[in-house]
Amino acid sequence: MANVTATEPSPSRSFWAGIGQGRHVIGIVFMLPAAVFLLFFLTYPLGLGVWLGFTDTRIGRAGEFIGLENYQSLMGDSLFWLVVFNTILYTVAASILKFGLGLWLALLLNENMPFKAFFRAVVLLPWVVPTVLSAIAFWWIFDSQYSIISWALIKMELISAPINFLGDVANARASVIAANVWRGIPFVAISLLAGLQTISPSLHEAATLDGATNWQRFRYITLPMLSPIIAVVMTFSVLFTFTDFQLIYVLTRGGPLNSTHLMATLSFQRAIPGGSLGEGAAIAVAMIPFLLGAILFSYFGLQRRKWQQGGAD
Amino acid sequence: MATVDIRGVKKAYGATAVIHGVDVSIRDGEFVVLVGPSGCGKSTLLRMIAGLENITGGQILIGNRVINEMPPKERDIAMVFQNYALYPHMTVGANMGFSLKLRKAPQAEIESRVQRAAEILNLTKLLDRYPRQLSGGQRQRVAMGRAIVRDPQVFLFDEPLSNLDAQLRVQMRTEIKELHQRLKTTTVYVTHDQIEAMTMADKIVVMHDGIVEQIGAPLDLYDKPANQFVAGFIGSPSMNFVKGKVRLGADPRLVTDSGVEMPLPAAPGLTDGRAVVYGLRPEHIRLDPQGVPATVVVTEPTGSEILVVARLGSAGQKGQEITCLFRERLSFAPGEVIHIAPQPGLTHLFDEATGNRL
Repeated sequence: MANVTATEPSPSRSFWAGIGQGRHVIGIVFMLPAAVFLLFFLTYPLGLGVWLGFTDTRIGRAGEFIGLENYQSLMGDSLFWLVVFNTILYTVAASILKFGLGLWLALLLNENMPFKAFFRAVVLLPWVVPTVLSAIAFWWIFDSQYSIISWALIKMELISAPINFLGDVANARASVIAANVWRGIPFVAISLLAGLQTISPSLHEAATLDGATNWQRFRYITLPMLSPIIAVVMTFSVLFTFTDFQLIYVLTRGGPLNSTHLMATLSFQRAIPGGSLGEGAAIAVAMIPFLLGAILFSYFGLQRRKWQQGGAD
Repeated sequence: MATVDIRGVKKAYGATAVIHGVDVSIRDGEFVVLVGPSGCGKSTLLRMIAGLENITGGQILIGNRVINEMPPKERDIAMVFQNYALYPHMTVGANMGFSLKLRKAPQAEIESRVQRAAEILNLTKLLDRYPRQLSGGQRQRVAMGRAIVRDPQVFLFDEPLSNLDAQLRVQMRTEIKELHQRLKTTTVYVTHDQIEAMTMADKIVVMHDGIVEQIGAPLDLYDKPANQFVAGFIGSPSMNFVKGKVRLGADPRLVTDSGVEMPLPAAPGLTDGRAVVYGLRPEHIRLDPQGVPATVVVTEPTGSEILVVARLGSAGQKGQEITCLFRERLSFAPGEVIHIAPQPGLTHLFDEATGNRL
């Protein structure tokens, strides 16, 4: 913080000159557009959503405050609890896979190889393609009759009949998770790759001379030095996955038997097609504790470790 | 402890050869400094000894074992890096004991060896700190501690002092030399700083463009540089080189293009009119009323001595600039004409075409 005390403006100075001089006033003026923007497009919708959750608003009819009634009914709603389970399963499974595969890919891309830049660009593709488009592609890949996977497996004589990817509870869950992992890997891989590149090669050389095997270098050098970035990346990844909507909505709309229904899709379904804005809002608000949990996890994970801190005795 | 033999070692990256056959033999317990300007291949040579670079041709032997194909950890060497390469997420103690931990040494042994190294290097109070919390000199010592703990056959230093400020560099120079006198481990030390080389080495290897220019004891290199490159590289301020032609006779002289004449030492193979380079160290020039005239350009007094840059020849004569170092308190004005003469027996002659000593 600059502790600059502004010189006392002489009384003869005009009002505008005073504003020009005062660091605080001019600072606030410059912040105003951003503040207004945030207030209207972030704070207001969030507040409105929380408020709607406490009302019985329906589409086309203003609701009344009904306290926790929406939440009480959700407590007894077995579909809601199934959806919570689905969301957690989806998030945990997809995040673990994204982390494992993303880290692996990052390590591969960090090696010296020909066409390095080309491969790094290719890895980003799943992330560049709009989600809805890639979801439609997956819809075809997972088609019960024309699936290219089923076709290939049948040609290889590994299976005799097409796999019912999206029609069976377990298959559908695995399929949407696979699609989400495919889409999420680039983010994890490229972020971790950036982290890997900040590790000085001389540390690896020093460890090699100290007698470390490849695995030991990964275990004792790469992983600990990457941990701050892993914490950030995985927090974001968990947040994105937990609130996922597009993939599910295009691929399964929550089916079969609601086995792939997530909190975001259920919230939308109840609020817009179902018309119960209040209840939909309550489901959306119910996601907040989970997301806060993820953020707290990252907050503690992100805390500067002792070794990252500087000088002071 | 071991000998190190470098026999006809070559290094090439693809078609680009960077080291063209280097032979150095290092005795057990010797402190050898590889010195040369940037890009001369000295670090590459060191990294080949360490096993961080492949050896394109020739052999390197440590203690009579050829180590060309041996992985680094079996070579029994320890290296101190220019940027120290301390593991930032480990304490000083853990950094120093890391190699023992990887070797699965018992905890008690690790602790005692780290403790002993810490005592040698005065690091006992810092064992629980992280590298970030240390000053440059302390980090440098931790890096050395990591090497000492391993008790290797050979220490390798890769420009270990170049990240320190000038004062600390002088201090650490002494510490490293002391450490070597105490441990007597064979040491290969790379630097581009000829002062470091002169002050620390038992033997200096001067490299230039991937070849060895000269190997010898520091004072031998100073007194009898094998060629013009070594002559110019060793010694500070650098040796003056005056180009000219030989004029034999009763009083042999070197005549420069601008007509200045310098006394010529007797050397074999001098023929009348031969083009030679006359080498004269600044500290071997004295004032002499019968000497060669030179016009003062700049003076740089340091207190203990004075550096005078002068142009050979009297005012108006466009001679070559040479640097003189005088220990006396003198003061000259720019443009003043002084008379200088080389100290007899302390001049050098090089062939102009090959640069070799005559």
